[in-house]
Amino acid sequence: MSHHTTVRKTHLNDIHKKYGGKLVDFHGWELPVQFEGIIKEHMTVREAVGLFDVSHMGQIFVDGKDARKFLDYVNTNNVAKLKKGEGVYSHLPNGKGGIVDDVINFCLDEERFLVIVNATTSDKDYKWFVENSKGFEVKISNKSDDYSMIAVQGPKSVEIMKKFVPELLNYPRFGIVEKEVMGQHCYVSRTGYTGEDGFEITAPHSIIADVWEEFMKLGKDLGVKPCGLGSRDSLRLESGYLLYGSDIDDEHSSYEANYGWVVKLSKPNFIGKELFEKQKKEGIKRKLTGISMEQGIPRAGYKVFKDGKELGVLTSATYSPSLKKSIGMGYMPLGLNIGEEVEVEIRDKKMKAKITEIPFFKGGVFYFKLG
Amino acid sequence: MNKENLKYTKTHEWIGIEGDVAYIGVSDFAQSQMGDIVFVDLPKVGAKAEKEKQICVVESVKSAFDIYSPVNGEVIEVNSALSDNPALINQEPYGNGWICKMKISDKSQLDSLMDFKTYEEFVKTQAH
Repeated sequence: MSHHTTVRKTHLNDIHKKYGGKLVDFHGWELPVQFEGIIKEHMTVREAVGLFDVSHMGQIFVDGKDARKFLDYVNTNNVAKLKKGEGVYSHLPNGKGGIVDDVINFCLDEERFLVIVNATTSDKDYKWFVENSKGFEVKISNKSDDYSMIAVQGPKSVEIMKKFVPELLNYPRFGIVEKEVMGQHCYVSRTGYTGEDGFEITAPHSIIADVWEEFMKLGKDLGVKPCGLGSRDSLRLESGYLLYGSDIDDEHSSYEANYGWVVKLSKPNFIGKELFEKQKKEGIKRKLTGISMEQGIPRAGYKVFKDGKELGVLTSATYSPSLKKSIGMGYMPLGLNIGEEVEVEIRDKKMKAKITEIPFFKGGVFYFKLG
Repeated sequence: MNKENLKYTKTHEWIGIEGDVAYIGVSDFAQSQMGDIVFVDLPKVGAKAEKEKQICVVESVKSAFDIYSPVNGEVIEVNSALSDNPALINQEPYGNGWICKMKISDKSQLDSLMDFKTYEEFVKTQAH
């Protein structure tokens, strides 16, 4: 490795090279953007099964008598009600109307929880947890550097699940099991970022390459393929999943992101609850809104117009391989109707677009119902 | 087109002369770097092209790529087949994936471009 580079490599780097991955610098991590091609990998996940290296994701463990109470306080969604083996997608509110991160909380046991956080925010989340833990009897450990992670995604992932982790078949979406794999303690959850069924394994670095090869072997007759970040992004956007740092951040609230369903106002208390109550009562002025277009490829940062007036800026946008048209989303004023014609400015040209319901693609098993 | 008879730019376009006109496209290396091409923002017929200035944009799933004119000239025809099937650039970069035809204004500008062998060597320095 060169001394000049600060790019981090995952423990699957050699594997990516072996399978012909095209490696790029992704927020300081060297990861494959694609292997054979984004469209092929995208469709493989929609129709069969694909493997993703998601080792850049972070793991924060929260243990102790007050672990459940603490996590319920820092999350918008209901963590308190989780039973052993259950998980929940949620936002971490920043108390100022924005979001620290979007995460999945897992209850491993009565007093043991695992929080899967985003790569670029794991240090920030850890600090945020520690700062807000006064008065709670908890031990918070950021173990993001100790674990690698693989996502197995697609309708045929169930066949791999049957052979590799049959106990997970009895669990619904967001279920989690702890399991010895190749002599190491691992966490396997029925989660993903594609809208398809699938599972993710959090494992120590020492075995991760062998686990990858095991999945390749188990999936051989199913048409398994290694997949890169390119298809990961097109799959999640089709399914309406948010990308932290693009679609949500410290400036936008869960209601504005159209993810009000993760905010449980019935909970006794959580960070910024009064702000959410106020926003719910007074209403919001802007909302994450979907667009689609038949001609032209929109990108994040492009502006959306209606009758010459700027409505907003796209936070995510791409070509949708499943729908064979372009899709995108961005914060726009309320009152736009599905099907309404708008325009997206692409290189000084205003191209026709339509306000479109999110999720854009509803063929997957697991997409969130927004609202 | 026979790729060995084409001239190449450092920005990975090719130009092939047939009589008075020149075909323009992108190299096999360029299409492999761009990935799945899903849209070509074709130039307009009659557009004036300037050497090393953008003449059109090719979009893959992941990103948009500027295509630069190898020489000065005027666009006299565009490959409209790319509107329905932009992936032709991926499949046949030197054949049905051509982008436009151009009337060249100054043939001496071709001399500054690379021949196939030189371009092949150049690509080796570009790949990691």
